[in-house]
Amino acid sequence: MSDKLVGQPLVRKEDPRLLRGDGRYLDDLGRGALAAAFVRSPVAHARIADIDVTDALDVEGLVAVYTHEDLPGRVAEPLPLLIPHPDLSHPRTPYCLAKDEVNHVGEAVVMVVATDRYLAEDAAERIVVTYEDLPPVVGIDQARAAQRLVHDEVPGNIAARSVQTNGKGDARGAIAAAPHRLSLDLQIERSASMPMEGKGVLAHWDADDRTLRVHTSTQTSTSVRLAVAAKLELPPDRVEVITPDVGGGFGVKIVHPWPEEILVPWAAMTLGRDVKWVEDRREHFISSAHERGQQQHVEAGFDGSGRLLGLSVEIWHDNGAYVPYGIIVPIVTSTQLLGPYKVGAYRVEFTSLYTNTVIVTPYRGAGRPQGVFAMERTMDAIAEYLGLDRLAVREANLIQPEEMPYDQGLVFQDGRPLIYDSGDYPTMLRMIRELVGWDGFEAERAAAAAEGRRIGIGIGAYVEGTGMGPYEGAHVKVETTGEIVVSTGLTTQGQGHYTSLAQIAADVLGVGVGDVTVITGDTRRFKYAVGTFASRAIVTSGNAVAVAAGKVAEKAKRIAAAALGGGTAPEDLELVDGTVRRRDDPAASIDLRTVAVLSNPLRYAFDEAAKAATQFAAAVGTGDEPGLEATGYYMPERSTFAAGAHGVVVETDPETADIRILRYCVVHDCGVVVNPRIVEGQVHGGVAQGVGGALYERIVYDDAGQLVNASYMDFLIPFATEVPHIQTAHMVTASGVNPLGLKGAGEAGVIPTSAAVASAIEDAEGLAVRRMPISPSELYELRKLHETRKSRKEQVSA
Amino acid sequence: MTEQLHQITVTVNGVARRADAPARRLLADFLRMDLGLTGTHLGCEHGVCGACTVLMDGVPVRACLIFAVSADGHAITTVEGCCDSGGELGPVQQAFQECHGLQCGFCTPGFITTITAYLEENPKPTEEEAREAIGGNLCRCTGYQNIVAAVLRAAEILRERDADQAGAGGAA
Repeated sequence: MSDKLVGQPLVRKEDPRLLRGDGRYLDDLGRGALAAAFVRSPVAHARIADIDVTDALDVEGLVAVYTHEDLPGRVAEPLPLLIPHPDLSHPRTPYCLAKDEVNHVGEAVVMVVATDRYLAEDAAERIVVTYEDLPPVVGIDQARAAQRLVHDEVPGNIAARSVQTNGKGDARGAIAAAPHRLSLDLQIERSASMPMEGKGVLAHWDADDRTLRVHTSTQTSTSVRLAVAAKLELPPDRVEVITPDVGGGFGVKIVHPWPEEILVPWAAMTLGRDVKWVEDRREHFISSAHERGQQQHVEAGFDGSGRLLGLSVEIWHDNGAYVPYGIIVPIVTSTQLLGPYKVGAYRVEFTSLYTNTVIVTPYRGAGRPQGVFAMERTMDAIAEYLGLDRLAVREANLIQPEEMPYDQGLVFQDGRPLIYDSGDYPTMLRMIRELVGWDGFEAERAAAAAEGRRIGIGIGAYVEGTGMGPYEGAHVKVETTGEIVVSTGLTTQGQGHYTSLAQIAADVLGVGVGDVTVITGDTRRFKYAVGTFASRAIVTSGNAVAVAAGKVAEKAKRIAAAALGGGTAPEDLELVDGTVRRRDDPAASIDLRTVAVLSNPLRYAFDEAAKAATQFAAAVGTGDEPGLEATGYYMPERSTFAAGAHGVVVETDPETADIRILRYCVVHDCGVVVNPRIVEGQVHGGVAQGVGGALYERIVYDDAGQLVNASYMDFLIPFATEVPHIQTAHMVTASGVNPLGLKGAGEAGVIPTSAAVASAIEDAEGLAVRRMPISPSELYELRKLHETRKSRKEQVSA
Repeated sequence: MTEQLHQITVTVNGVARRADAPARRLLADFLRMDLGLTGTHLGCEHGVCGACTVLMDGVPVRACLIFAVSADGHAITTVEGCCDSGGELGPVQQAFQECHGLQCGFCTPGFITTITAYLEENPKPTEEEAREAIGGNLCRCTGYQNIVAAVLRAAEILRERDADQAGAGGAA
């Protein structure tokens, strides 16, 4: 139906509040609360010899100082391993406050609580920690060499080693037997989610009620609740966790419980006062999570048309000092690497390595940008080797629409088979070919060359598993005022769920989007949820909202049928324009709000609506429950697979090696689109982060394990002047695994950007790009290296 | 040791406000902690991200790089002051909603104030100028494209309003 709200580019309901400055982010709450600050390790690897707090005690306003020795019971134990895995043979997780040893710069050692943050920092500054330095392990090379160990009892610095094959024979044998072979060594450097709002926690202990209320800037309030209850040994029902407005997450806020999410509530209980901690930017750099850093070795065997007969990939993944979030990132790299392609025999092996650096957990894309980089570099290398068009080689390897659902023969990050549910990859490549102007590019290149300019074109394609389980739920209630309240347990950090989930509910209930209020991430309203990450929210929560709203609609019809009488059956009715009415006689109708009144038979008439309810008490059937409300869940059988392709044209300056993006095009398929305006925004934002990862952003540690660019001065997030205009085209292949046909869209934009930009730079320069990000000075060095090699070759052949 | 407090008087969004604060209190913290105006956000506290941008006597400044005592006697406009009278969205805010120029909304207040001042200076920017105008503020969500569109749309809304006012004036 054309008047459906799903599919319409509605403006966002949440915007006016945020635009007026009326948002409620973590630091906007708890005015007057005590403030926490942390003494963090200034060294990468050391034993703690002594902590002297004497000087801090003079600071007026100081309330408490805590070290590991002060922590009781489970608070003193290491933080949980959230996602265990059989291949994770040597998991190590941090303590809330370091015990005896520190393993990265930024690890929390002492917590200070004072009457305001200025004073808490004054006190923290006066605490003297004596460290006995241990040799640090920095970077993948040192971790692999294993001449030094991060954790004494973890041999080779190896947290996990994992091998998967796609069950299509011996990959190495297939490569050896293939007509052509090549190998590549690749590298992706560290980056980080870097939301504009850091983390933060506010805790309130109600001693009379014995209830703990925690506000935290998280991507999973329900799981923080259970983690806090477990650590503080409280019954879960005594813990409420509320996620206020969140200033961006991008993955870093899915990790939980962060040490501060345990320590701040514990301090609030201990002190009987509200306590708040708000992370500053430097703290975020040195004590939150990073991602991306990998080395890869690819062996490929292929035929004369570029078809991959065998592919073997080895990955060395830097997981930082601890693995509280398990080995999700390298699993995703290994399994999503194949993208829209079918290969013969595939073998992938990853080694996840400890280093004395900040932990590594999913950042938007979660291992996919690295996997796509490996596969797309391989495609380009094959094309170069065979002298074929780069798109032609990709086309030769594509999974065809009639092969869907397509089983890649691997086990995905959710432990379930990696089966693509739907997709049309040939159409996707055709669309990006046209959009980026692939076929006319040689003329464009020649025209640019005539002006002394150097340009190149590149491409990157991906498939992204989205909408994974185990489940999400929602509660939908029609108030007697006619307002619809939708509560879902997962959180929101800018994705527009207050609007898109309202669109889904409004369609089912026949109301306007303005009638629907969405509540997210508040365990007082909905206790069961997984969280907002892995492009799963709209798929899982969206379908759950539809289920719950559907139950409400059915109940509304039952009640309305009884109220309308005259032999009306529920199936004779429909929900339209805020009413429940007969399909064959729209005049026979009853307002939805009146149905809500009737749904709750009352004894006492305390207002007009209640008076009506006492008169129509008979409307609710004896088997029904009071209230026009219902809870619904969606539990996906397995993930649904979105896809896309990016095309990019770059210009490289022949003198300065400056790299400029001239054109950036995106073809994007996330199944049925709930709100095109929001999806487009998600793609834009993803591409901007991808451009950052391709050209600017890198986390740089020196040999001592100091993070040398821990500020926005030195870690170069793109400004508007660095992000190109992005042209998008959408295609829709509905998901085959969920009723609404949705696929996730949150991470898509970032996934193939480094691969596409590398491809374009290679094309412009005629040299191999094997490492991202790439700066002008690195391109300059690559050119020099390339020239040296070329002249050597010429000398040899002469 | 007790910190000495200074009486600070500023006109914030047209209203005279007075509070006592230590000399080291940042203007951003003064607005947020002492005056309860939490629309101004802190993203980096070292003057790069621009989330804390407010207008001091009409000029954009980073409220994380200025002590509150330095603002004594000055007029400050925050994002709360960029609304129309009656609390309706002001032209820049309205343009942001129409163009989907915000996602998480955390950096948005700094963009709103920056653009408000910019359009005073250049009421009819080109797309390139609009991009340049927001080139000092970081956003991690939007990729900026829709913010550029919002700058252009805000300029259009301001012109429409001017035309309406001129029309109304002519009729009277």
